[in-house]
Amino acid sequence: MTSPSHTDATEIPDRLRGPLARMLASWEFLLLIVAILIFFFNTQASPYFLDAWNLSDATFNFTEKAMIAFAMALVIISGEIDLSVASIIALVSTSMGFAVQFGVDTPLLIVIAIAVGAACGAFNGFLVAMMGLPSIVVTIGTLSLFRGIAYIVLGDQAYSGYPASFAFFGQGYVWWVITFEMVLFMAIAILFYTLLHRTSFGRSVKAIGNNPTAALFAGIRVSRVKFILFVLTGIMSAIAAICLTSRLGSTRPSIAVGWELEIVTMVVLGGVNILGGAGTILGVFIAAIVMGLVTFGLGLLNVPGIVMSIFTGLLLITVIALPIVIRRTHRRAS
Amino acid sequence: MPTIANSTQSPVLSMEGIVKDFPGVRALSNVSLELFAGEVTALVGENGAGKSTVVKVLTGIYQPDQGCINIDGQATKLATPNEAARAGITAIHQETVLFDDLTVAENIFIGHAPRTRLGLVDWTKMNDDASKLLEKIGASVNPTSLLRDLGIANKHLVAIARALSIDARIVIMDEPTAALSHKEIEELYVLVEQLKADGKAILFISHKFDEIFRIADRYTVFRDGELIGNGHIKDTDSAQLVKMMVGRNVEGVFPPRTNELGDVVLQVEHYSHPTEFDDITFSLNRGEILGMYGLVGAGRSECMHALFGITRPSAGTMTLNGQRVVPKSPADAIAHGIVYVPEDRGKQGAITALSIVENIALPSLQTTSHKGFVRMAREFALAREYTQRLELKAAALDQPVGELSGGNQQKVVIAKWLATQPAVIILDEPTKGIDIGSKAAVHTFMRELASQGLAVIMVSSEIPEVIGMSDRIIVMREGRQVAEVSREDVTPEVLVRAAAGIETSSAA
Repeated sequence: MTSPSHTDATEIPDRLRGPLARMLASWEFLLLIVAILIFFFNTQASPYFLDAWNLSDATFNFTEKAMIAFAMALVIISGEIDLSVASIIALVSTSMGFAVQFGVDTPLLIVIAIAVGAACGAFNGFLVAMMGLPSIVVTIGTLSLFRGIAYIVLGDQAYSGYPASFAFFGQGYVWWVITFEMVLFMAIAILFYTLLHRTSFGRSVKAIGNNPTAALFAGIRVSRVKFILFVLTGIMSAIAAICLTSRLGSTRPSIAVGWELEIVTMVVLGGVNILGGAGTILGVFIAAIVMGLVTFGLGLLNVPGIVMSIFTGLLLITVIALPIVIRRTHRRAS
Repeated sequence: MPTIANSTQSPVLSMEGIVKDFPGVRALSNVSLELFAGEVTALVGENGAGKSTVVKVLTGIYQPDQGCINIDGQATKLATPNEAARAGITAIHQETVLFDDLTVAENIFIGHAPRTRLGLVDWTKMNDDASKLLEKIGASVNPTSLLRDLGIANKHLVAIARALSIDARIVIMDEPTAALSHKEIEELYVLVEQLKADGKAILFISHKFDEIFRIADRYTVFRDGELIGNGHIKDTDSAQLVKMMVGRNVEGVFPPRTNELGDVVLQVEHYSHPTEFDDITFSLNRGEILGMYGLVGAGRSECMHALFGITRPSAGTMTLNGQRVVPKSPADAIAHGIVYVPEDRGKQGAITALSIVENIALPSLQTTSHKGFVRMAREFALAREYTQRLELKAAALDQPVGELSGGNQQKVVIAKWLATQPAVIILDEPTKGIDIGSKAAVHTFMRELASQGLAVIMVSSEIPEVIGMSDRIIVMREGRQVAEVSREDVTPEVLVRAAAGIETSSAA
């Protein structure tokens, strides 16, 4: 060090790179560029894209999934996974539909939904955090279990007849083209950003995902943190179920089938390490918008749903492979 | 130290002018190394001297950028691990690379299992051959038992059997005694003698001087990727080797005693565990360094785990500053002012992917955060304070801990515990596997902590460290406390005898 100042030679700077350099080198920045490119491509591909009401409708493509994705991001960062989220939606929606048959009104429906979601999450959390079972097995089990209950209750029937006031959650507008779901999505994003990046709970989640033993030795209550994460995911699934049921106006047992994979894709696309330990809420936020834009763009071009599913699959593999390939070529070059 | 010309015997293997570059670092700079049949050559040097790189070049994992390797005087290229094996080179690693869920015989013959005429594995022959090999090295291990079920010493024997199964003539042993107990080490020495008698050329890498002088015939010293000297072990002594390793004289290896004993801070009575330890009773004073000596598996770490709340004792009490405490979890123990620096830095101590500042702040989150929200400014202040006290070397405080050297990682781990301002700090093998420079820094720092009134428990298997640092030493054997020795009365013999269970004439 040739610094002329008389600071102690052993002093270590706080940060290696400035905030701008860190931002430019980040995955989130790359994703943002992708989002802008897709947005631009969409404007060229279809004249209907830049319509405010069309764009507003398009947000339903991702808002409900993204609410769960934020909670899922924390679960994955902690080194676990929850594949039962879509089935929790089915069970929550069925519970609400069941209650409606007895004339239950909106406020109590919300309470029931959150309670069922939290209970499902607590069940997962108990098996994973307290019993020490692997989350991938536990949640594949509850994926079948929760939806199975919905099928037993409903059979091939559907619940409808939700109260008029219930429609606001999935169909209401706060102002002009801004939907209630959009506002809720933003609020939840900010909440989870704060939770992961600004609280000691969030720091514990990162530490656990990187090294559960060292985290335990550092005085972190590992099981408790994991249990809370699963309950949180259950609650977020319940909130998504409220929005989705309200938007559709009815409940079928096949509601939200296959969402868990789209949600995991969203999280991984957002730069969360599938092996745990690293990830940001901003990344998941941008990834949700990217996936929404792609779905909407393909829809405008009349691309059939199965092609979208192929696209999602390819995207997931690419996103997981890309950092590994980059690292390998980087190592070879050096 | 001049290179000796060997007129009587030509080397089995010789490396000449080997250069290996990594981005920004020259790991090996024009080094030479010779190995002779029936002789043990000790390779010594501080961490980062290039010992591991040489092993990787010899086993075909790295390709040298310059220089040549001759085997029996013939230039040989070792392009892959397979070619190295075919050339008769085998390595037994520090942390033995074997497969827990395969049988002993499978482990020995994996990659070159005997085949039947149909190309299937010939199990009968494989198990028979394995039995013969194991018998030859004096291992009482069943070839069909799972490796998982063996102790660490037997695993080493399996690794050695594997080395012999490919008919190796050149055997590399990379810190083979690091995880072994005293008795197991003795058995390993016998085996090394046997390998020598069979005419194998052995490269023995070790940090422990007593074993170098015990079994090596020759030595080669590396420093910063360069060959510093070599010769016959009988022509040198440890002072000279240390001087070559560090490039300077190391005076007074351990820092002088400056700490004074205060009041009793911790009192442990009749601490017991169903399987690991039994009836442990001791007290600890402020400003004291209490050494915990014993063989690997004597129950020292397990006892410390119970004090730290990782496991629960089945009986016994613990009194901290006059108050009864039973830590239910590490979080609980930390809140009471007891901290534990674990033995396994990589698995239990540092979170390598997180930054220095995040690691240091982790156990202190309760105090650095405000109503659950983290405060980066306070975390950086904490990290700055403790990294300066420990003279950490790093590029920046937001650098991932995994990028630091072993010694500096250990400093981060110690820093994170000190930042909680504990009353009692338990250090489990605090200098295991770190270089001499960092070791001295850790020792000096321990002394300083004790002088400031901290009570220190140091679990260590290194006799010089235990004797050099402790005010009082407790020896454990098979889960029991077998001796307590003051620093005035301690000798290496006392410790070894107590730990090994050899009765002394005075029946103490």
